[in-house]
Amino acid sequence: MTGANSFQVSGYGPERAGWTRLFARDSLARRLDWPILLSAIALSLIGSILVFSATRNRTELNQGDQYYFLIRHILNTGIGIALMIGTVWLGHRALRTAVPILYGVSVFLILLVLTPLGSTINGAHSWIKLPGGFSLQPSEFVKVTIILGMAMLLATRVDAGDKQYPDHRTVVQALGLAAVPMLIVLLMPDLGSVMVMVVIVLGVLLASGSSNRWVFGLIGAGTMGAIAVWQLGVLDDYQIARFAAFANPELDPAGVGYNTNQARIAIGSGGLAGSGLFHGSQTTGQFVPEQQTDFVFTVAGEELGFIGGGLIILLLGVILWRACRIARETTELYGTIVAAGIVAWFAFQAFENIGMTLGIMPVTGLPLPFVSYGGSSMFAVWVAVGLLQSIRVQRPMSA
Amino acid sequence: MTNIPETGRTPRVQIRLIVIQVLVLSLLGTLGGRLWYLQIREGDAYAKEASGNHVQQVVQPAVRGSILDARGVPLADNETRLVVSASRTDLLKMKDDGEAVLTKLAAVLGMTPKEVREKVRLCDAETPQPCWNGSPYQPIPITDEATPKQALQIRERAEDFPGITAEPQALRRYPSPGESNTAQVLGYLSPVTDEELQQAQDTDSPYLRSDQVGRSGLERQYDKQLRGKAGVTRYEVDNLGRVIGQAKADAAQPGSNLVTSIDARVQRVAEYELNQAMKDARKEWDRNTNEPYKADSGAVIVMEAKTGRIVAMASNPTYDPNAWVGGISAKDYKRLTGKASNYPLLNRAIQGQSAPGSIFKVVPTAAAVNAGYSFDGPYQCSSSYSIGGQVFKNFESKGYGPISLGRALEVSCDTVFYRLSHEEWKRDGGTKPKKNANDWFYKTAHQFGLGAETGIDLPNEVTGRVPDRQWKLDYWKANKDAWCKYGKRDGSYAEKIAYENCLEGNRLRAGDSVNYSIGQGDTLVTPIQMATIYSAISNGGTLYDPTVGKAVVSADGKTVEEIKPTSHGKLPISKQTLASMDDALAGVATRGTAAWRFADVGWPQDKIPMHAKTGTAEVYGKQTTSWFATYTKDYSVVMTISQGGTGSGASGPAVRNIYDALYGVSDDGEINKKNALLPTPQKSLPKVRTDGTITSPKVSKDPAKDQRASQKGEAEPDEQQLAGTVATPTPENRDTRRRRRRARRRGSRRMLT
Repeated sequence: MTGANSFQVSGYGPERAGWTRLFARDSLARRLDWPILLSAIALSLIGSILVFSATRNRTELNQGDQYYFLIRHILNTGIGIALMIGTVWLGHRALRTAVPILYGVSVFLILLVLTPLGSTINGAHSWIKLPGGFSLQPSEFVKVTIILGMAMLLATRVDAGDKQYPDHRTVVQALGLAAVPMLIVLLMPDLGSVMVMVVIVLGVLLASGSSNRWVFGLIGAGTMGAIAVWQLGVLDDYQIARFAAFANPELDPAGVGYNTNQARIAIGSGGLAGSGLFHGSQTTGQFVPEQQTDFVFTVAGEELGFIGGGLIILLLGVILWRACRIARETTELYGTIVAAGIVAWFAFQAFENIGMTLGIMPVTGLPLPFVSYGGSSMFAVWVAVGLLQSIRVQRPMSA
Repeated sequence: MTNIPETGRTPRVQIRLIVIQVLVLSLLGTLGGRLWYLQIREGDAYAKEASGNHVQQVVQPAVRGSILDARGVPLADNETRLVVSASRTDLLKMKDDGEAVLTKLAAVLGMTPKEVREKVRLCDAETPQPCWNGSPYQPIPITDEATPKQALQIRERAEDFPGITAEPQALRRYPSPGESNTAQVLGYLSPVTDEELQQAQDTDSPYLRSDQVGRSGLERQYDKQLRGKAGVTRYEVDNLGRVIGQAKADAAQPGSNLVTSIDARVQRVAEYELNQAMKDARKEWDRNTNEPYKADSGAVIVMEAKTGRIVAMASNPTYDPNAWVGGISAKDYKRLTGKASNYPLLNRAIQGQSAPGSIFKVVPTAAAVNAGYSFDGPYQCSSSYSIGGQVFKNFESKGYGPISLGRALEVSCDTVFYRLSHEEWKRDGGTKPKKNANDWFYKTAHQFGLGAETGIDLPNEVTGRVPDRQWKLDYWKANKDAWCKYGKRDGSYAEKIAYENCLEGNRLRAGDSVNYSIGQGDTLVTPIQMATIYSAISNGGTLYDPTVGKAVVSADGKTVEEIKPTSHGKLPISKQTLASMDDALAGVATRGTAAWRFADVGWPQDKIPMHAKTGTAEVYGKQTTSWFATYTKDYSVVMTISQGGTGSGASGPAVRNIYDALYGVSDDGEINKKNALLPTPQKSLPKVRTDGTITSPKVSKDPAKDQRASQKGEAEPDEQQLAGTVATPTPENRDTRRRRRRARRRGSRRMLT
């Protein structure tokens, strides 16, 4: 070490004091859930590489700029992290008061999608085109507001100490609150998002301590509803075809079975260590459609192999594991419900997304949290991370 | 009421949260397990599928090797032609299945739309030729004779002709040097079938979709060597077929050239003489059937006696092998496979079998000596021989008194062999054979290689038949039901025979042994078997496996793989007996049945000792088969004409002419070395230069005509020699030049495209 260095060290004394304060016992940084944060950042970075690999040759998509999607993905991640910081800064309790407004805005946005302002991508009418080539998928935000809204309704009286469990009336109100945006999303139709929302509602009800009758009743109703939807022909042909192709991918390998087949070939051919980044023939050859968004996991499977794919699942596991702990350890029911809702959301969406690339789930248009390209999804999941952090930070330190 | 103080949480919520946690983790576990299953357990299968997905092959077909004659004259080579092909896959994508395009194409090519449609339809059980029997994914050739103008029209208006291509392609050509045809020996090619493609997939020489495969003759026998290895360039492509990865290229390896022992000139003479002999035979009156001889088919073989190599092999009726090039037309196919044309695709030299008649007698001669009879005899040559009430006559009922076996060969005395064979049959126990019967006459025939393939390097050789006891029994078992049903004791001749066969066809009867002894009855041989046997008599007793291929020479001439003569046995004759037999066969040519074809008409027997045996085989319900087997010290020539008359009568002049051409003998018996086509077998191999060109002498327009002319002394010998090597402006050679000019034009067309 030189003298100059020691000068610098002393020169930045006040700053050091700031850092010390940041990492002091009971400080905000100390109380943050670092495993979740680091896992989320790692997933986003892995995602950016995978998105880059999937899009660098897709000239018809990237407008000749091979970094187009990479830069945007990193930008989205940055905005997402900023949203997370904002969320932590405000705190989930403070946000609680804003829940009616947030809910109202998100419902308004999805209603907008149904107007001529909305646009259709891949058969789902779920986007709002914004100027500058951006587009918004409000159903992603609805997932957050449903969680917040239901948590607010269900937890208020319990947290106030009036009740041990939410009563039937509250549950009905909460279900009504969730049902409105779900019906709208179903009209788009964005079946994947509706499925996620159903699972979120289920998770929220479970965590709220509502009567078993509600939980099982909802599961039963959901099953009946699914049968009814199937029988009444509410589904579009493309949706039925996807399910048929899921049941039997060899049915039409050039048509609807194509996605599933190519995805499975891509992942299967990866083997243990993969073909190496940017060396996957399925990826380079653009055999898997929608590879930067819904099928991003196939890039990991092919180019990074079992090691890379396993790492993504593991990182998601860390986030979910820690989120479950947050749900269990927080004192307020409100925080528990929010955390549990996020767990249900992330878990189902990750399972559905990876599961469809592995051929164990039907194909629906759902992004893989943090990894898939897509601003709305990225913002929503980072806000969710912010909520988790806020719940953790604001919980009184136990011992 | 049971709030847990630390979290203010009820157990119900806490338990449910743990349930959620377990559920979530098991979902992730499921994903991990499935990932393991796909990537680790089934990974290899998917990797294979992925590579099939993104690799496109571009194939540069290998140039097929040439088939050369002994001096290097190409019998089969390649030429570049403009081939117009249609892709079925592209045509079927159109609304009218490409109907409009094909009609437009027909107009450009000057064909009728029907012709074009027939060319591109696929063969199946109901579809008659013409149809495409190759892969439906491969471009189907519509014509290989497009002019550059037509090709240009198609290419410049590519948008009018989707799925149609006009490309120069190397096509097989059978140039027929000196009018020689060699069709059945060369064989032909046709596109590979899906089945073959599948079968050869994992072998060391897999087929390509575009491959042509040898279907018969040398093209089939030496297919692997001639085919070479196609060059394959593998491109990695994306989902739209755009090339994204670097190419891995294997350069095409051109096929090797096959040098044969065929001499194109001798081949031409043999073919010409065979055809001429058959034509002449048809002018002869058959007194037995009271109609002219039909002479429906025939074969001739010229073999090197000391090696078993084939110098010429002709089969008649024949066809133009070029008919197969670029897909055979309906008319041609019908003609080639129809009964009316008498199956010209058959190579009768190896696939035609018939009773040999008297040329068979060398076998019972050897058998008799092996059985202990003295060669010198004497044996009674009576005019007939009776067993029971049955009388077996000598040929034309002549008698020669007591003679030796040698003299019996010379005059072709049947009764001597009847008697010997009958005696042996009795000694072996007659119809109730002894347990270890000697069966000398049959055993010897097997030792001569009869009843088995000679092993010639041509596909689908037939074995002929030695009608021994075992065969009788097997044949009876197979046919007795039919015989017993059809046979009548007092019916027509055929019914009586069937009745007899039904009762005792399982036994070798006395009459069978008598008929067999002179190569009649159920005895069947092929011309190649007889050529092999007479060569063996000439060379001291070695039965060589006949070969057409002499060497396989790589395209650059650097590696030469000689095909060495191999033998499949020795004649079961002592040296002494062989010498006596050799004398006797020389006697046939000087004072016996063939003398009027050789010694009596100026054959220089002192300079070129000729040996011969004639045969006239009777076939039930047909005219006699003419057989003529001959040999000198270097060659053996065997000719047969079905329903052609006598051996020396029908085949004699032709065989004599072939020898005249080989040795340069003129009618007056003079030997003119300059006229001799091949006085001694061709030893050296033609030279293949490193650039793939081949040094070969020129062949005159028609060696057969030259030979005929030289015999009559119409042309000066010197001039003849010139005609064979250098083109001089004689009327004949003007034709030669025209031919060559045509060839050159084809060459220049190649440059144009």
